[in-house]
Amino acid sequence: MAAHSISTLTIRDCRVRLMRAGAGAPLVFLHGGGGIGIWLPSMARLAKKFDVIAPEHPGFGESDMPAWLDTVGDLANFYLDFLDQLDLRGVHLVGSSLGGWIAADLAVRNSTRLASVTLIGAAGIHVDGIAQVDTFLTNEEQRIRDLFYDQELVEAVIAGSQRPELEDAALKNRMTTAKLSWQPRNHDPHLRKWLHRIKVPTLLVWGEHDRVFPKDYAFAYQQLIPGAKVVVIPECGHLPHVEKGDIFASELEAFIGAMRIAA
Amino acid sequence: MKFFNFHLMPYRHADLDAIANNGSAWVTLSNRHYDPRKGAELYHEYLDQMEFADKLGFDGVCLNEHHQTAYGMMPIPGVLAGALARSVKCAKLAVLGRALPLINNPLMVAEEYAILDNLSRGRLIAGFVRGIGAEYHAMGINPAYSQERYAEAHDLIVRAWTEPGPFSYIRKHYQFRYVNPWPRPYQQPHPPIWIPSQGSGSTIRWAARMRYTYCQTLSPIAAVARFFQMYRDEAEKAGYQATADQLAWSNTIYVAETDERAVREARPHLEALMNYFLKMPTEMLLPPGYTDPASMKRVRAAKVTGKPQSIEDVIKAGVVIVGSPNTVREKLAEYQDLAGFNTSLTKTQFGTLPDDMARANMTAIAQEILPHFRDRSPQRTRREAAE
Repeated sequence: MAAHSISTLTIRDCRVRLMRAGAGAPLVFLHGGGGIGIWLPSMARLAKKFDVIAPEHPGFGESDMPAWLDTVGDLANFYLDFLDQLDLRGVHLVGSSLGGWIAADLAVRNSTRLASVTLIGAAGIHVDGIAQVDTFLTNEEQRIRDLFYDQELVEAVIAGSQRPELEDAALKNRMTTAKLSWQPRNHDPHLRKWLHRIKVPTLLVWGEHDRVFPKDYAFAYQQLIPGAKVVVIPECGHLPHVEKGDIFASELEAFIGAMRIAA
Repeated sequence: MKFFNFHLMPYRHADLDAIANNGSAWVTLSNRHYDPRKGAELYHEYLDQMEFADKLGFDGVCLNEHHQTAYGMMPIPGVLAGALARSVKCAKLAVLGRALPLINNPLMVAEEYAILDNLSRGRLIAGFVRGIGAEYHAMGINPAYSQERYAEAHDLIVRAWTEPGPFSYIRKHYQFRYVNPWPRPYQQPHPPIWIPSQGSGSTIRWAARMRYTYCQTLSPIAAVARFFQMYRDEAEKAGYQATADQLAWSNTIYVAETDERAVREARPHLEALMNYFLKMPTEMLLPPGYTDPASMKRVRAAKVTGKPQSIEDVIKAGVVIVGSPNTVREKLAEYQDLAGFNTSLTKTQFGTLPDDMARANMTAIAQEILPHFRDRSPQRTRREAAE
């Protein structure tokens, strides 16, 4: 497994922590509301083909809590600055959940540095009449249960989540997630009006059993982003890159491969 | 000491089993459990009790504000305060709501309170609260902006009351081209402002600096004493000596002929309040951002167990006072001296307590307790001994 580096980067007034490994076309991974988590096997696998860059968002974990941070739009603009400062081109932008919302918003604003967009169980739009769990009203254990299909994996994640040294980051992550997504809950009513502006190839990866943003969201996004491709992964919950890392990485590699052939 | 009859206006016919099954009486307990016929009767019963308190000689009546819950039927307390403004003749009218951050147009609070102050010819006490965490779930307001919105709304309202309009007010959360409310408040420069809180350090510090009356909600008396001492310390840091008139303790009192009888009568109704109406999961009470992570950690470390509380538990902790007139007088005097307050915000009706018992309790308090405390102030010696 490729070793990854951990570093700190300052964009304007804001320091963010960064995990990075591999070489090739840049693949920027934007994490969800639960925080950056560990360097996943799926990231390690992708690092064999890409320069995988996983920043910890402003307001999360060990990254700064900047005074300007109020909305997902603020983070979208921040990551545009981030891409500029690192001078990344032909970026494969991947975002999970809240990170998917940031990625979609960023791509709407400016996709000149992007080669593709991949949204995983993404927030950002609202679909009427779909039963969704309220992650702000469930307790920690139930919240983890709701994330995964595989209940054996759940037990391991619950056991791992109870380390006291993680508490500060977890509270900070929850607070920033609330700030960004409490109201309107998990979406920006204006985003869907402009998703057609995403002109780069877009992949929508959803777990068949996503209870946070059920797969109806994938098809709703597909309606709004011209030419977007949906992949629904069976026996999988809200976090395919965690729960079905190999399948997720294969799908992403195949998508980017096919895209290159088409080009 | 001054006595206020503090009403929560619980939906006392609530199906307690339904609350237990739902895990809480708040936010997610379906309102199909609310029967408007019974509710209408309750509003009248409770407003009648408030008018009765006025006749009995209570110094004030007190309303509060909670949303989407069987715990209290006062989401818009101003409506009920309006109903009381003409029928309550002498008592002060304290609204210990308005949860400012929940309101998208706080200018309406400036207007509402000014009307009430005019209607009552200057008997309004204006409460400003943040609301408990459940309110942010219920009303779709982001808890992470609670403190910012509170600060802005408070500044706007006080300026609207005290500065001649029109002026403009442009801040992050609220923007008004014209601030110029008619009517202006009856009391000058503005109605007294009271700040109820569960004991947040930053709220106590701010209330002390602003010289606002601080009201401690439902807490053991030892904690109340600690919070009131914080207030006095903060006042001293701000360069003045706080008086006992700036401190109000929110409690529950039940008086009957004997201790044994009082406990027996109050038990099911008080335990319904503690174990059903008040119950909610931590995630509901403390949504992320409602308090800073450091306070959140303290609460989590304290591990609110949620195990059922008996009437004996809350009597022993000094959350409530239940007993014979003599016991209640002794306890109240002891607690007044210990914590140093001069206002008692007393729930005389609580939980499922029916009207006849609530009225008997009010009468007993008015006859047996009030006269003994009318001219009583905290005796510092007892507090100093405790320290």
